[in-house]
Amino acid sequence: MIKIVKRDQPSRAIFFFTPVLAIFLTLVAGGLIFFILGFKPFEALKFFFIVPIADKYGFSELLLKATPLCLIAIGLSFCFKSNNWNIGAEGQLTFGAIVSGGVALLFYEQEGFYILPIVILAGAIGGMLYASIPAILKTYFNTNEILVSLMLVYVSKLILDYLVVGPWSNPEGFNFPETRQFSDSAKLPLLFEGLRIHAGIFLALTAVVISWFVFYKTYLGFQMKVSGFSLKTAKYAGYKGKKMIILVFLISGACAGLAGVGEITGPIGQLHREISPDYGFTAIIVAFLGRLHPVGIIFASLVVAITYLGAETAQIFMQIPKYTGQVFQGMILFFLLASDYLLFFKFKFIGSKK
Amino acid sequence: MIIDINFIGLIIASIMASAVPLILASCGELITERSGVLNLGVEGMMIIGAISGFALMTVTGSLIIAIFGAMLAGVLISTIFAFLTQTLITNHVATGLALTIFGIGISAMIGKNFVGIPGKEFPVLFEGFKDTIPLLGPILFGHSIVFYFAFALPFITSYFLKKTKTGLIVRAVGDSPESASNQGINVRLVRYACILYGGAMSGLAGAYLSMIYTPQWIENMTGGRGWIALALVVFSTWNPIKILIGAMIFGGLTIIQFHMQAIGVRIPVQFLTALPYIVTIIVLVVISRDSRKIRLSTPSSLGKSFYKDN
Repeated sequence: MIKIVKRDQPSRAIFFFTPVLAIFLTLVAGGLIFFILGFKPFEALKFFFIVPIADKYGFSELLLKATPLCLIAIGLSFCFKSNNWNIGAEGQLTFGAIVSGGVALLFYEQEGFYILPIVILAGAIGGMLYASIPAILKTYFNTNEILVSLMLVYVSKLILDYLVVGPWSNPEGFNFPETRQFSDSAKLPLLFEGLRIHAGIFLALTAVVISWFVFYKTYLGFQMKVSGFSLKTAKYAGYKGKKMIILVFLISGACAGLAGVGEITGPIGQLHREISPDYGFTAIIVAFLGRLHPVGIIFASLVVAITYLGAETAQIFMQIPKYTGQVFQGMILFFLLASDYLLFFKFKFIGSKK
Repeated sequence: MIIDINFIGLIIASIMASAVPLILASCGELITERSGVLNLGVEGMMIIGAISGFALMTVTGSLIIAIFGAMLAGVLISTIFAFLTQTLITNHVATGLALTIFGIGISAMIGKNFVGIPGKEFPVLFEGFKDTIPLLGPILFGHSIVFYFAFALPFITSYFLKKTKTGLIVRAVGDSPESASNQGINVRLVRYACILYGGAMSGLAGAYLSMIYTPQWIENMTGGRGWIALALVVFSTWNPIKILIGAMIFGGLTIIQFHMQAIGVRIPVQFLTALPYIVTIIVLVVISRDSRKIRLSTPSSLGKSFYKDN
């Protein structure tokens, strides 16, 4: 007989094991979906998860997609650890890209070493400004940050649309919805000849290191952890709750803004309508899959980045609709949340007596 | 300039028509939230309803099967949410987000084969009475059955919550699951039922969009309406009648957009499109500013998991 018993303490081993289990279950369920759709499951999974990263170019594409996911997820982990539900990173990314793109356009016919740092900084500030809206409304007007940050995603995309169609559109661009090309000094340098991976990856890695340090070596990290466990305890301990809410939103806005910078100053080098394939939303999954741990997030961003590439490859080679990528992402999160059950409960096998 | 009084009636009717999906989804979510469950997957359930309704209509040719099929699809997809949050005690916010991401993906996957197929005409009721009364004629008559149902729903929901025993149980479970449980109420079962009901209403809201409002399948056609529906529940301070008012305001913003463009007002179209989202934020701020009032009307256990050792 099997009995379900509540654990006295969440199991630490299982804490890090469940993401692996979730990925495995997603593969099984994914194979099943492919089978239902009339594809050979193993072949489809191969095209989805192995073929895209089998060569040098594919691996570079993987890192290219993982970079914004990792960066945003690191930022979000500050929010989620302290119980702030910022789900509008996509908007912060877009607004960061708008601000940094605007600055880059100011310098469009200039070259100089000083341009890129200004452009990058502008992106971070743009993201912070945009994230400060839900943060301030939450702290001073008691407004639900989930809904506000989400509504702002739609607004930011419309602002971008207005700019690239209207005032910022390329005067020599035959009315295409895009801006001028940025000057070379405003672009993040590519790391290898012929590959699209660019210096933005260093921004992500820096964020990983800094966040690890803040989480585990500073008083702020401790405060965030306590507030995440229990807001009452945090209040009792006298933490300045409002300040922290604004701070974590600013950090996560800056990270999303930087991801936006990477998207427009990397291989593309201009602003256009679709700068992000929902990286801001997908990064929420990355943050959870990585267990809000900086190192975990690196691995998680690589895994989830494959779903983007796999969806493209599977569409080209097997005519599998590209939205399977999103389905996989949704499933990963479902299975991850579901397997968290094992954190708090265990199955006890009770030998039946005869 | 003489403005035809029936024209004003038609504008009001079109505002009401665009309010229908918001009313349906909000009233469903309101019941879910009243039982203490915060389901952020409304957008996902709605889009699943939209594609299911449209696909079933195209494949079977039956409008009735399509409408009920869409509701059933909403129920099925919300079962995942119910199982996770109620049986496996997962976090409501994260699970709801997963539901939305999953729903948008699955709907686009199924919908691939239905892009560009023209919809069917949905029968309207009392068409003949439209011209009998000036102004009121176009408002009252000539709409689909779903339209009339949507405008009755807030009143039914209000009656259900205030006057029926089941409604009382739902409220009790939302306000104090511990005491409800001690009274012998199966909290988990009640919450399951409320989640599935919310799924059905979101599914219906989606079907209204793809079958009646703009009878065709467009990817991501809900365009944030599910999130606005969620905001409406907060706006209403969990009172179904106020959902009606809120939905009309948002419907109005959508319709004004078209007419402003038609008159030739020189405002960028993107600004007008952004208006409903911006107004949602402003309204949320105004409503939530008074934290005491919000705390009094919010179901006390909203978003908190309930686990009983047995």
